[in-house]
Amino acid sequence: MSALPPVLTVRNAEKRFGAVHALREVSLEAYAGEVLALLGDNGAGKSTLVKCISGVHALDEGEIVMDGSVLTAHTPAAARRAGIETVYQDLALFDNLTPAQNFYCGREIAVPSWLPRGLRFLNARAMDRETAQVLDRLRVKLPKLDAPVALMSGGQRQAIAVARATVFARKIVILDEPTAALGVRESSKVLELIKQLRAEGNAVILITHNMEHVVELADRAVVLRQGRKVGELKPSRANQQELVSMIVGAEV
Amino acid sequence: MGEQPEIAPRSRTGRRSRENADPVSIGLRLLGIGPLLILVLIVAAISLLTPNFLKPINLGNIVAQTAVIAIVAMGQQLVILTRGIDLSVGANLALATVIGGLVFRVVDSATLVILAMLLTGAAVGAVNGLVYVFGRLPHPFIITLATLSICRGLALQLSINHTTMRGMPEVITTIGDSATFGIPNSFFVVLGVAVVIFVLAKTMVWGRWIYAVGGDPEAAVEMGIPVKGVLVSAYVIAGLCCGIGAVVLSGRTAASSPLYGNLLELDTIAAVIIGGASFLGGRGHLGHALIGAVMIGVIRNALNLLNVNVFFQMIAIGLIIVIAVEADVLRNQLEARARVIQAARSQ
Repeated sequence: MSALPPVLTVRNAEKRFGAVHALREVSLEAYAGEVLALLGDNGAGKSTLVKCISGVHALDEGEIVMDGSVLTAHTPAAARRAGIETVYQDLALFDNLTPAQNFYCGREIAVPSWLPRGLRFLNARAMDRETAQVLDRLRVKLPKLDAPVALMSGGQRQAIAVARATVFARKIVILDEPTAALGVRESSKVLELIKQLRAEGNAVILITHNMEHVVELADRAVVLRQGRKVGELKPSRANQQELVSMIVGAEV
Repeated sequence: MGEQPEIAPRSRTGRRSRENADPVSIGLRLLGIGPLLILVLIVAAISLLTPNFLKPINLGNIVAQTAVIAIVAMGQQLVILTRGIDLSVGANLALATVIGGLVFRVVDSATLVILAMLLTGAAVGAVNGLVYVFGRLPHPFIITLATLSICRGLALQLSINHTTMRGMPEVITTIGDSATFGIPNSFFVVLGVAVVIFVLAKTMVWGRWIYAVGGDPEAAVEMGIPVKGVLVSAYVIAGLCCGIGAVVLSGRTAASSPLYGNLLELDTIAAVIIGGASFLGGRGHLGHALIGAVMIGVIRNALNLLNVNVFFQMIAIGLIIVIAVEADVLRNQLEARARVIQAARSQ
């Protein structure tokens, strides 16, 4: 795929929830500057795989390797420290906070550093400025930077969540159905953001049901079915039908 | 104290003036300043009805009567910000005065009495927070209801002859019952608590976490905020406010009593909601608690001056709570409208 070694490698991932075998020997690789589409029907194991990568679930067997070193003690905080940012389906935005406050929630810019984290004083100006710069760079237009996120539209909220991930992502951004709740216009805005993330050298893992978006955006697609990886190919108009067949498990 | 600092004007986007011209934005801003507006109207109406209202001595009375509600309401505000509630504040305050009174019988030391009251308040708050969080209770309602009962019972059991105990160190009666430059000292206590909570809630990371936990507890976990610690600390501070309220109240009356703080939980919750904070958590600041406390104090005082009986006072405050909660509902609806308008604009 690429001359460079993969940023992220998942090797022989196994995950069971009681009787449900959610992941069976799944392996995949993600490369810098590439959008990897993760496809599959409902219950195929996409979200489980993503949650294992972002530290919400632990793998039963197998390993996750980043830049050549195996990730151990994998928690959401550890994943974030390692450079993995996840945009969950529910966005995890705080409606009552402004975009800048949302951006930095849980990792505020604050001084002095010798105090316990909770007792430090917020540097609101720095956080506002950084946020404005990032939104500017990503060409996200918001009506007001000082209004709570509750007052913003679905697309704007999605854009804020994606932009937040881009600020802190140093290697990998995972997006779980980022366009599911959006209209056509707002979706295309988010797709622009994803392209930009890729252009900035991130490895992007994208879960979506929208085949149009896959063909337009993804450099590679991995298809899961019933917890197994059943295919991997480069999506195009020509093999779109083949992809769909893989997802649903029918012969072409 | 009524302005919302979080929407202070900044000229980063040139479209600001147009954004604020539509009826939804105007409605939201009106709801933001509504409680202060209503307070001003009430004060204006009352001073026309009874000329005694605005006399300095009466205003001093209002401050002295409102101080305890205001102090405890600021703690209650923090708890409500985290989507919680503290029903134990009145009983906690009573227990704190009784413990303080018992210490005073042993040793005439203002320092030790004050320390005893503050520690009692904070300890009850810690119990509330720890049981709520580590007992994995779905809501703080039950545990604070339980501590309400326990504290009230304990206060009655511990107080000599199960009733009011006379006497307080002079320093405490000075705090609760004297004035400096014509301003009741209790006002300065309210001011001090307000400044400390303002610094905590608005300038420190801890305050941001309080708002985050109240705004979306699950997202707060995903963002790596120490949610449990934040919750416990909110209840400890609410308890500490009860201890401070105990100092002021036992100072004003030069006594301690297991019957103090009766229905204070209702007064403080009412103050927070009337003041314009959201009962659903995540929205509000200490200005809301203060406005609400003053409004309750003003209405009680005015109805007293007008010789309206105490039962009607309860009815009046109940009605105002209903209006305040409806305003909260209306605000949520307007925000939903604002979202739709935003979506339409970005098309």
